[in-house]
Amino acid sequence: MTNRPATDARTAILGRLRAAGETGPLPSLDTAVLERCHWGAAERMDRLRKGMEAVHTEFLTASPDDWTQVVRDFCDREGLKNLLYGPGSEAGADLAASWAPGGTQLMPYDRPVEAFKDELFTGVDAGFTSTVGGVAETGGLLLMPDAAEPRLMSLVPPVHIALLRASTIQDSFWSAVKALGWGRSLPPNALMISGPSKTADIEQTLAYGVHGPKRLIVVLVDDLN
Amino acid sequence: MNAPKPKKVYFYGTCLVDLFFPDAGMAGIQLLRQAGVEVVFPDGQTCCGQPAFNCGYWEEARDVARTQVALFPEDLPVILPSGSCAGMMKVHYPELFHGQSDEAKVSAFSARVYELTQFLVDVLDVKLQDLGEPVKVTWHSSCHAVRDLGLKGEPQSLIGQLTNVELAPLARTHECCGFGGTFSVRQPEISGAMSCDKAADAEATGASILLSTDGGCLLNVNGTLEAKRSPLRVQHIAEFLWERTHAR
Amino acid sequence: MHAETEVLFRDSAAQALLDPQLRANFRRAMDGLMAKRKAQFPEPQDLQDLRDLSTAIRSRSLLALPELLEQFEANCIKNGIKVHWAETCEQANELVLGILNAKGAKTLVKGKSMVSEEMHLNAFLEKHGIEALESDLGEYIIQLDGETPSHIIMPAIHKNKDQIARQFSQKIKDAKYTEDVDELTAMARKVLRQKFLDADAGLSGVNFAVAETGTLCLVENEGNGRMSTHVPPLHIAVMGLEKVVARLEDVAPLYAILTRSATGQAVSTYFNLITAPRGAGEKDGPQEVHLIILDNGRSRIYADPQLRATLRCIRCGACMNHCPVYTRVGGHAYEAVYPGPIGKILTPQMEGVGVRHDLIHGSSLCGACAEVCPVEIPIPEILVRLRREATHEDAGSNVEGRGTGRTTTEDWAWRLWAGVLKRPGLYRVASWFATRFGKALPAGAPLIKNWTRTRTTPVPARRSLSERMRAEGGRHD
Repeated sequence: MTNRPATDARTAILGRLRAAGETGPLPSLDTAVLERCHWGAAERMDRLRKGMEAVHTEFLTASPDDWTQVVRDFCDREGLKNLLYGPGSEAGADLAASWAPGGTQLMPYDRPVEAFKDELFTGVDAGFTSTVGGVAETGGLLLMPDAAEPRLMSLVPPVHIALLRASTIQDSFWSAVKALGWGRSLPPNALMISGPSKTADIEQTLAYGVHGPKRLIVVLVDDLN
Repeated sequence: MNAPKPKKVYFYGTCLVDLFFPDAGMAGIQLLRQAGVEVVFPDGQTCCGQPAFNCGYWEEARDVARTQVALFPEDLPVILPSGSCAGMMKVHYPELFHGQSDEAKVSAFSARVYELTQFLVDVLDVKLQDLGEPVKVTWHSSCHAVRDLGLKGEPQSLIGQLTNVELAPLARTHECCGFGGTFSVRQPEISGAMSCDKAADAEATGASILLSTDGGCLLNVNGTLEAKRSPLRVQHIAEFLWERTHAR
Repeated sequence: MHAETEVLFRDSAAQALLDPQLRANFRRAMDGLMAKRKAQFPEPQDLQDLRDLSTAIRSRSLLALPELLEQFEANCIKNGIKVHWAETCEQANELVLGILNAKGAKTLVKGKSMVSEEMHLNAFLEKHGIEALESDLGEYIIQLDGETPSHIIMPAIHKNKDQIARQFSQKIKDAKYTEDVDELTAMARKVLRQKFLDADAGLSGVNFAVAETGTLCLVENEGNGRMSTHVPPLHIAVMGLEKVVARLEDVAPLYAILTRSATGQAVSTYFNLITAPRGAGEKDGPQEVHLIILDNGRSRIYADPQLRATLRCIRCGACMNHCPVYTRVGGHAYEAVYPGPIGKILTPQMEGVGVRHDLIHGSSLCGACAEVCPVEIPIPEILVRLRREATHEDAGSNVEGRGTGRTTTEDWAWRLWAGVLKRPGLYRVASWFATRFGKALPAGAPLIKNWTRTRTTPVPARRSLSERMRAEGGRHD
């Protein structure tokens, strides 16, 4: 498909920008202000939790050995009908391996969304995903959806349960971007989530649970020792 | 600042002080003399040129500005009883004269410009003795004084030295009063709304006097207060400080 | 020559000032936003350092703009994002239509995009039989009423709970009347959930475009942005050409200062990085992602070294939150896509300084905006420059509509003003008259009557300062 106007537009636009010419030296970048956030692992965990709880994120503490049970217990307590998970991810496989029969049904996200879109939107109580890290300064989880844990898992079901290992928490978003090497390579979708969805569009009054999940549950695995 | 204090300064009245607040101008001069500084007031001063500058009439502004600069040839500080005009001369003259043949001369002049309270506090470090009766005042900070000149509480610190003066702050000290020079007549409705709000804010403090560094702000708020028949009066900070501190 | 089709800010502002509900709403809202922002910056030095860094990043991006745009485009294409360029809004609209028609798309669900407002996209698509539905709660609310946004971050900021409650009960099927914010939000969630599910395509803006990775960054709180860009099979993104930055790590400080300046949040709910359509093996995400890069006058602004600062804007809205004029008249009074201080400098440059001459003068130059701008755009300085451009045609300027706001009256007024003020003798005579006959100033005279609408006429002193200094011997040679 040829886009005659669009091709001309590109040349014209870039031509005008180039004709303007560079004026002045490149300003230097002093990133000292970004380097001021620097904490130990335990404090990072505390700060992340405080920051996220302030925006209604719920936390469940766990150890590397019992997190699957913590997830299970949560589902039982809440009486969840099902839990969408990614069987192809390490955490997903671990979860499935430990899942006792009965109660909340594990629902694998193992086919393209087109096969079950309606059900995803109306019939799934919660989604479970791993994370690749967290941000201490402001609070936040870092996710890299992929074939094993697709994008909509952390968006469509009204409850999102996220597994966060304390050792993966970074000081700030800036340091996380560098630590994860996102500047060099990114998957089709990556994101940071700081809490359940919210809005203040009605008289600046905060309301939670708009279009994204109404609840965000972080299973915080203390793997610092 | 440990530099030796200047012994002699120029004083630039500004057109609004010249025509509407001459007592404030005299007071400013007296305050400087009281601090032991000789004050030179060249004749022939008119206007800093800001109104024309703000409206884009830069040739006219430069014409007038040049005649003003020429009145202050010696390397002495130039003191102004106005944040707005001091801002014009200090910050905007270099912009206005950028690329002009006398750019260097004007910039050298600009470097010597001070607003009065700024000079009294930051350079002269004056100490004031309050000789007046107890009074409650409130302070309106001129936008240009704070944002162009970077004043950081110099006027309030001078008021703070007066032991019988209570300073009741405005709810919105830094909000524009709505003068803005030609803005007050080009956008009368918006300007009027801002002035009314500023006047109401001042009245709500319970103060007897509204003080400011700027004649424009004072004219604007005073006109609004008078139209409401408010008992609150306005006064230029220079006049107020002189009244409070000089023995009669 | 006075511009024929001048849009008078003064008139719409005057009308807005008479609406006590509007004034109360905006006062309350702006006070809240100012306080929230302040709370995010307890350390003045940290704030200044972050502003300086953000300014440097944006300035650098603009200095290298053509190269960065090419790098960005190349990486987007490598990632599978289709890139289109549009010089005008008309071209951009046609591109969107073409992309939608190629897929037979009849419904478009929108995440928030001010550029799409600039394009008047919704009305255009409607004319071509395509439904464009807003999903950001604020945008959804105003779309129900057929209104435009009154603030770039909080589009429905001018509306009260009861107005929204009435609207929802009237316009949403089976909705009962309630002023409970949670209930209202739940209603919107329910309606829009179906729309996300059913939509043929989704549209978004772009907060930051990263050249080194070919990534679109989206900042949001509600989740509608992610819904609009991940659920439908087709995602179209529209952005102004100034949005690109060099590296992903450059985005971090800009993001940090954006959320704090805009709504006083340290971080938004979601920070979404879109680098490609559905990848190999991925089970969801759009099959096609298109990006439209819009000029619409930006390259012209870019060409001017001083005015280029306008393009540093990261659309945080802090300027309008702190503006004493915006607080009193609200966003609709600007009759422009972008209101507030940024709108005051952007709109005239896009539409013409003569046509928008009154808007350029709709500022007291107080500087509250420049004081809080995260990227240090010198808005009052630019306003003075635009006032110059409106009334003069300087060599080397290419500002839209330059000189078309000039009037002979104003020319002569300033000529007269300068004529008197550069001649001390004349000024002396004039001030003598003013001081002796000042009381006789007619309150109803043109301009004077603008002053005396709400104030008493100022009366000059009996003797000017200069006169007294001459008499008292204050004069030296």
